[in-house]
Amino acid sequence: MTDTHAILAEGLVKRFGGANARDGVDLAVRRGSVLGLLGPNGAGKTTVVRILATLLRPDAGRATIGGHDVVAEAHEARRLIGLTGQYASVDESLTGTENLILIGRLLGLPRAEARQRAAELLAEFRLSDGASKPAKAYSGGMRRRLDLAASLVGRPQVLYLDEPTTGLDPRSRNEMWDIVRGLVGDGVTVLLTTQYLEEADLLADEIVVIDHGRVIATGRPEELKGRVGGQMLAVRPMLVSDLPIVESVVARVSGATPEVCDGLVTVPASDSALLPAVVRHLDDAEVQIGELALRGASLDEVFLSLTGHPTEQQEVSV
Amino acid sequence: MTTMAMPRQTFTLAWRSLVQIKHNPAELLDLSIQPIMFVVLFTYVFGGAISGSTGDYLTFALPGIVVQNALFASITTGVGLNTDLTKGVFDRLRSLPIARSAPLAGRILADTVKQAWSIALILGLGIVLGFRVDNGVAGVLGAFALLLVFSLAASWIAVLVGLLASDPEKVQIFAFVVIFPLTFTSNAFVPTDTMPGWLQAWVDVNPVTILADATRGLLTGATSASLIGQSLLWAAAIAAVFAPIAIRTFRQKV
Repeated sequence: MTDTHAILAEGLVKRFGGANARDGVDLAVRRGSVLGLLGPNGAGKTTVVRILATLLRPDAGRATIGGHDVVAEAHEARRLIGLTGQYASVDESLTGTENLILIGRLLGLPRAEARQRAAELLAEFRLSDGASKPAKAYSGGMRRRLDLAASLVGRPQVLYLDEPTTGLDPRSRNEMWDIVRGLVGDGVTVLLTTQYLEEADLLADEIVVIDHGRVIATGRPEELKGRVGGQMLAVRPMLVSDLPIVESVVARVSGATPEVCDGLVTVPASDSALLPAVVRHLDDAEVQIGELALRGASLDEVFLSLTGHPTEQQEVSV
Repeated sequence: MTTMAMPRQTFTLAWRSLVQIKHNPAELLDLSIQPIMFVVLFTYVFGGAISGSTGDYLTFALPGIVVQNALFASITTGVGLNTDLTKGVFDRLRSLPIARSAPLAGRILADTVKQAWSIALILGLGIVLGFRVDNGVAGVLGAFALLLVFSLAASWIAVLVGLLASDPEKVQIFAFVVIFPLTFTSNAFVPTDTMPGWLQAWVDVNPVTILADATRGLLTGATSASLIGQSLLWAAAIAAVFAPIAIRTFRQKV
């Protein structure tokens, strides 16, 4: 397994403040692939990353990076990893160049080489303009790129990205995604935690959904989407006042409880006869239909059906 | 890991702490302006009232000001450590294949350099304003060494506070609540004879008094081996109590 897998974890458990023992998290990440670790806030995503980055000892279970145990051979494991995210940060009072030279020197590079590597990375991540400015003067996107550059000084084989685009504007987010794709192209193994399902959908080869410190689903993004019956039926009445009628008709015809969000009623469409039946019943009830569609489930819906609660984004918007 | 790696990493991290000053003028202010203000204000505002003349007061108070400043400066270790912990810099350092002790050792090394700078600044300014060193270079070096040893011991308290505090401001608050009264209830700035009896009883055993008197002895007048010995004993006791607790907390936390 260690030949083909960069990260292996078995039954990782971490207890906080007397919380009950959890089932533990199992992970297996193939070399050169991207694993998306998804879950609501407090699910244990960051805890898993911190254990795999040797920052936290697990209370039970074990994990290896490139065959090195994260507890017993932490030093060897650290040679292989790079950590970027909301918690591992650069020094705000140092310039971009100084930050990267600091890491290079700590990794044992001679002065000239550390300087050269810093210049290389700054150019690669379009940070040359900010090279001699303190990091606290950087924009959010520049900060993230510098964070990522700092974790790449030692050319890690395994990269942890802990919510790399949280709080970034769409343009910076797209840039970050391109950078990650480039790294994967170079053969780096990536473990990505995110609250954005879109991000996992776009980048990850495989997705692991965790909640309350245990894995509740694993699979390729398409597989997970397929699990919710594949198709979803969405109906939007012309008049908002018709919403209760639409909801009751859809519920009666499909036999499932529909979701109502922003005037749109959605329900899993497992039966091909559902669409015409709904149209007929709504016509009988003289409801004018504004929008009617059959579409594949989004990861948001997968997430809702798996965890029983929506992602944070939805909670905020509701 | 090679045996040479840890000192090299420590020097690299000390370099980092010192380079920070370049981009953070406020820190330079803390290290320079504050000591200068203390010397000038105490000498010219209180000098005449307390000692009859500013010159006499400077001779009495300068060693005390050096001691007070050294204790305040030792808190910077805690503030810096806490900033690294709360901002995530420490996690980055800990994910690197470097010696576990290097981040702490590097910080303490850099803070010792800053401490030496402040001590030199206060003594230099004092001499410019008329402070006379009676015991020559040996006395100055002795005072330097004693102050560095004592503040190094005190910085273990700062390390512990820095590890436990939830943000850097709390570390500063600790400094004010503890170090301010501790240094003022000593004979660092004022002779003790006008204080009430109960206060004198405390002032006499306050380690700040002992350290201030030992420093006075080294710079001016009679050097007292007993006071130097007591100061070193205090430093040893503080380190013996706080270093193990701080290191244990450090290991648990990081």
